[in-house]
Amino acid sequence: MSERPHPLFELTRARLLEFVREPEAVFWVFVFPVLLALALGIAFRSRPQDTVRVAVVEDASAAALASALDAGAGIEARVVSPADAAEALRKGRVDLAVEAEGDAAPGALPRRLVCRFDPSRAESRLARLAVETALRRARGLDDGTAVRDEAVDTPGSRYIDFLIPGLVGLNLMGSGMYGVGFVLVVARTRKLLKRFAATPMRRSHYLLSYGLSRLVFLIVEVAAVVGAGWVLFGVAVRGSWLDLALISVLGAGSFVGLGLLIAARTKTIEAASGWMNLIQLPMWLLSGTFFSYERFPESVWPAIRALPLTALNDALRAVTNDGASLASAGVEIVVLLAWGAVSFAIALRIFRWQ
Amino acid sequence: MDDTVALRCTGLVKRYEDLVAVAGIDLEVRRGECFGLLGPNGAGKTTTVEILEGLTVPDEGMVEVLGARWGEGRDRAIRARLGVQLQETQLPDKLTVSETVRLFRSFYRHGRSADEAIGAVGLGEKRNARVGKLSGGQKQRLALACALVGDPELLFLDEPTTGLDPQARLAVWELVEGFRAAGGTVLLTTHSMEEAARLADRVAIMDHGRLIALDTPAALIAALGADQIVELELAAEFADSMLSALPGVHSAMRTSAGWTLAVRDIGAALPALLEALERQGARLHGLRTHEATLEDVFVTLTGRGLRDE
Repeated sequence: MSERPHPLFELTRARLLEFVREPEAVFWVFVFPVLLALALGIAFRSRPQDTVRVAVVEDASAAALASALDAGAGIEARVVSPADAAEALRKGRVDLAVEAEGDAAPGALPRRLVCRFDPSRAESRLARLAVETALRRARGLDDGTAVRDEAVDTPGSRYIDFLIPGLVGLNLMGSGMYGVGFVLVVARTRKLLKRFAATPMRRSHYLLSYGLSRLVFLIVEVAAVVGAGWVLFGVAVRGSWLDLALISVLGAGSFVGLGLLIAARTKTIEAASGWMNLIQLPMWLLSGTFFSYERFPESVWPAIRALPLTALNDALRAVTNDGASLASAGVEIVVLLAWGAVSFAIALRIFRWQ
Repeated sequence: MDDTVALRCTGLVKRYEDLVAVAGIDLEVRRGECFGLLGPNGAGKTTTVEILEGLTVPDEGMVEVLGARWGEGRDRAIRARLGVQLQETQLPDKLTVSETVRLFRSFYRHGRSADEAIGAVGLGEKRNARVGKLSGGQKQRLALACALVGDPELLFLDEPTTGLDPQARLAVWELVEGFRAAGGTVLLTTHSMEEAARLADRVAIMDHGRLIALDTPAALIAALGADQIVELELAAEFADSMLSALPGVHSAMRTSAGWTLAVRDIGAALPALLEALERQGARLHGLRTHEATLEDVFVTLTGRGLRDE
């Protein structure tokens, strides 16, 4: 007779071993979010001062025009041929193209100017304003108001600060739903669920082992993304770490519930994938992971806020960026609890072991 | 319920949407015996066994396993005394042999150690190998180790050797015989008459959801009334009565290729048969004789072979 290990411990251990022996899963859960944070953090880093790029179409006055623009703050002007100017504009290499209109005296600034740009691009509209200001200055015209610029670039208000909690939320959604839903459906198709059901194993132990293994991975997942944000971009957790942990567990719990619900009766992996995508895709877009959901019409905000990922992201941001207390994320916590409790309750009722 | 019965069921019926998988089955497995459920694919063997294992709820009928019934609050206590090997279970590829058996061991309050179970099925050297790297025969032995690790009183084996090579089959058979020798009871399903004949004390032949015969293999064969079978391949037409009237022949049956004769006395039957064929001018394409087996019992009862779909 050997010392009998606890079945819940053995089941959880088996889940953990199976996961870490799947290199692809490890990559998607732990490495990919960090790479994503790195790529997005670099692409959308705050530049000290944004320069606008202006193409000056060559003619007699082009050189004088370009040097007048270059003298202006934050403008980078280049003299190019008409064809190159059009192409550079089209490909977004310049924000604006300017061309003198009518006869211009060589070496003098032109009297009339055409600005070509796409008015829907914010950078182009900015360039348009910068060009006008620079030309007024070059002509010695000034409105007399002295303006001093002050850059605001404090950690907590940058894009990366917005992004990191969103990535934590997104990752918890993906790993919770796939890590539970997918794995359970695979176990059903392999007749493993039935085999376990034929032993005296407590069925609650089996399902609980999924929750416990998620809990172990959750620590690593959250730590990987938050840690990468902190080390690479100085994204600090301004609220309490305990609150962050609690919200992560709650969020993970609600997605484990959804994963369980999808897996409760699904018989094929294809069907499970379909359900996962159906549930996750809207939240990828709507829940404010990569950009704020406040860009959508205000009338739909309440619906978006009722989604579990939105609630999780908002609560994570409140704690990470604003240093808010757990109590101030009360609504989000209720939303997460509701999703978790309802999906768990339904899933356990309808779960099939074969 | 008396102590000599390990498993009993009466009037089992299970219907699926458009098919009756089990159409009224009664059987009784005695303690210490190996009971074989023999039948072609789709006969309802697996459904029957899964009802007996408490995995499928029958539409009608009663099941009593080791003196208890399913669904009366004692299911876990029953399962603790059963060992189960299911058809087509794929154990997790990423776990090792010893991790897998340890996991199953943890579900049972009493039982042998994981190492002991692994040793018993001869997988000691593969202890640390991943399940995904095992051969078909090794996987089947691992499934047996998982079924045996709780020291069961009653072992369910559903097609335990399907798809295995002869050597691997033999290894599984020896394991089952070892379990029996230690006093265990076995319920085995198979579509191999050879397996049933070797392992089973009693055999129930199942077809279309019903039991069509139940006895010891020897008695089932004896019931054919003949211990030799002659298979004829020929194109000519005969009346059944002409062939079955030949000396030493017990019965004759038309098959797709010709005729099958059940023969009591091969020495008398063969010369008479050949003479009759010559008299008729029938051209013989082939003639085989063998000792009667369970397969012949099945063919005689159903008019089909066990492997015919």
